[in-house]
Amino acid sequence: MAKIELKNVTKSYGAVQVIKGIDLTIEKGEFMVFVGPSGCGKSTLLRLISGLEEITTGDMLFDGERVNNLIPSKRGIAMVFQSYALYPHMKVYDNMAFGMKLDKTSDAEIRKRVENAAKLLQIDHLLDRLPKQLSGGQRQRVAIGRAIVRDPRVFLFDEPLSNLDAALRVQTRLEIAKLHHSMSNVTMIYVTHDQVEAMTLADRIAVLRDGRLEQAGTPAELYEHPNSLFVAGFIGSPKMNFLTGKFAEAEGCTTLGVRSEHLEVVDNSPWTGEVLHVEDLGSDHFLFVEIGSDEPVIVRRPGKATIPVGTRVSIAPKPGHLYRFDKDGKPVR
Amino acid sequence: MSGQKLLSTIGFYALVVVIVVFSVFPFYYAIVTSFTTGTDLFKINYWPRAFSWANYETVLGGRNFVRSIWNSVFIATTTVVFALFLAVTASYALARVRFRGRGLLLMMILAVSMFPQIAVLAGLFELVRFLGIFNTPWAMILSYVIFTLPFTVWVLTTFMRDLPVEIEEAAIVDGATPWIIITRVFMPLLWPALVTTGLLAFIGAWNEFLFALTFTSSETTRTVPVAIGLLSGASQQEIPWGPIMAASVIVTVPLIILVLIFQRKIVAGLTAGGVKG
Repeated sequence: MAKIELKNVTKSYGAVQVIKGIDLTIEKGEFMVFVGPSGCGKSTLLRLISGLEEITTGDMLFDGERVNNLIPSKRGIAMVFQSYALYPHMKVYDNMAFGMKLDKTSDAEIRKRVENAAKLLQIDHLLDRLPKQLSGGQRQRVAIGRAIVRDPRVFLFDEPLSNLDAALRVQTRLEIAKLHHSMSNVTMIYVTHDQVEAMTLADRIAVLRDGRLEQAGTPAELYEHPNSLFVAGFIGSPKMNFLTGKFAEAEGCTTLGVRSEHLEVVDNSPWTGEVLHVEDLGSDHFLFVEIGSDEPVIVRRPGKATIPVGTRVSIAPKPGHLYRFDKDGKPVR
Repeated sequence: MSGQKLLSTIGFYALVVVIVVFSVFPFYYAIVTSFTTGTDLFKINYWPRAFSWANYETVLGGRNFVRSIWNSVFIATTTVVFALFLAVTASYALARVRFRGRGLLLMMILAVSMFPQIAVLAGLFELVRFLGIFNTPWAMILSYVIFTLPFTVWVLTTFMRDLPVEIEEAAIVDGATPWIIITRVFMPLLWPALVTTGLLAFIGAWNEFLFALTFTSSETTRTVPVAIGLLSGASQQEIPWGPIMAASVIVTVPLIILVLIFQRKIVAGLTAGGVKG
């Protein structure tokens, strides 16, 4: 429900500046994902938006209203923490009702809202349990439920899936996506270091690096038109192949990038080398080919692996799928 | 191999017995003595021979002993309440609020507890006189709170630090003020620590002698340790060992009962800070 604007926002701890001037607008009802390597400032940025930390300079606006010094509970936000952060001594019902009780909401209204949220998340049979009696996935749902009942303008997720095992992570990811569809007017901001989560959940992704915004855009934009070497390397799995030296010079750039699925095995090509390793995933497979570049080049091919390790193969990029970067890591256009 | 194991088991329990006898014997001897009268008192008896309530009757029938017990109960309880209130609020600030000089403040609090009681006695006496609380329970409460707080604050600060920050932040997002965080989120989680430190503060206040002796002048304001210390016999030369021992047993039993009641909490409290989970 809220449009969030960050205007040249910075954050310093003493002499150390961790957020170095970020301009970003998050539209109403948008699912925005902050992604980046650890230490890039993505969690700090989320905490600045939540109000748990104050911004050092710059402006933050919610629906045009300046909220720089507003305390978290007055901003209309709800937050889901990485470690669930449930109150250990309260039952699930009281965990979800705590905020509303402090707001002096009537008991009937509290009960209605908690029960609705519990039904939505399928935890209505757990309301009388203590957090320690729940599994990790159930705890995370309670934490999400506690956020829902607050009826927030903005939902903040701080790496909510990183404590769950792989299977549960995919399932909970799906539930968060469903939640976003069913609450389409609520703005959601989600922090993760996992670019797969970012790609699958986001309407738009903001890639952060070293306290600066590297690029913001839809997942497809970032994937197809990375604005820098860093974004190109960060988005996409497996990582984009980067070639330097003579390979790049031939194309008139410093670094040449090509995604694994845009490489083909051909009869004859200047890029020739031995297959070092094969990873077979069933639906497709990866060839690691040593063609004399800094790292082996990864080639993604559909179906089961047919080329054995040790074979010499020639590979070539599909036309129109090369990314060229200059010495500053910026794209050559 | 099994012979060696048997030996080490025997050795272990022998050591346990030695330690138990070593620590329990003084109290046991007090109990035995409290039930003996007359010249039996001056014979060394390791096992009870006669059994008489006479000493207890003497003590409880004394003019002000029961009054002293109530003084002690009031002073110790009030001390615990004040100390815990101040310590919980102070440790929240020391553990969770970032401010300049926090480490220095913690060190100073610790330093306060290093002074021997006798060193501060004169200054404290002036303070008590200045506040006009000499010969009232408040003189003892004030001095006990001063001496209990360093320990209480340190222990609670350690516990408070171990509580996950996210829980506090979740409460802040839910709209809780620091006071609500302390009373409705942290206090329930800190119960074991509160019980442990509260009990130790209670025991300290209950058994304290020097301040209680100095800050009281009339018999009706005395606490139990002073009352016991000032029990007098029929003549100046006679030390009434029987009644003294009976009184000691009377004042120790409530402590033992308290510790037994809260025993499980104490164990949980002493270990809870050390292990995550």
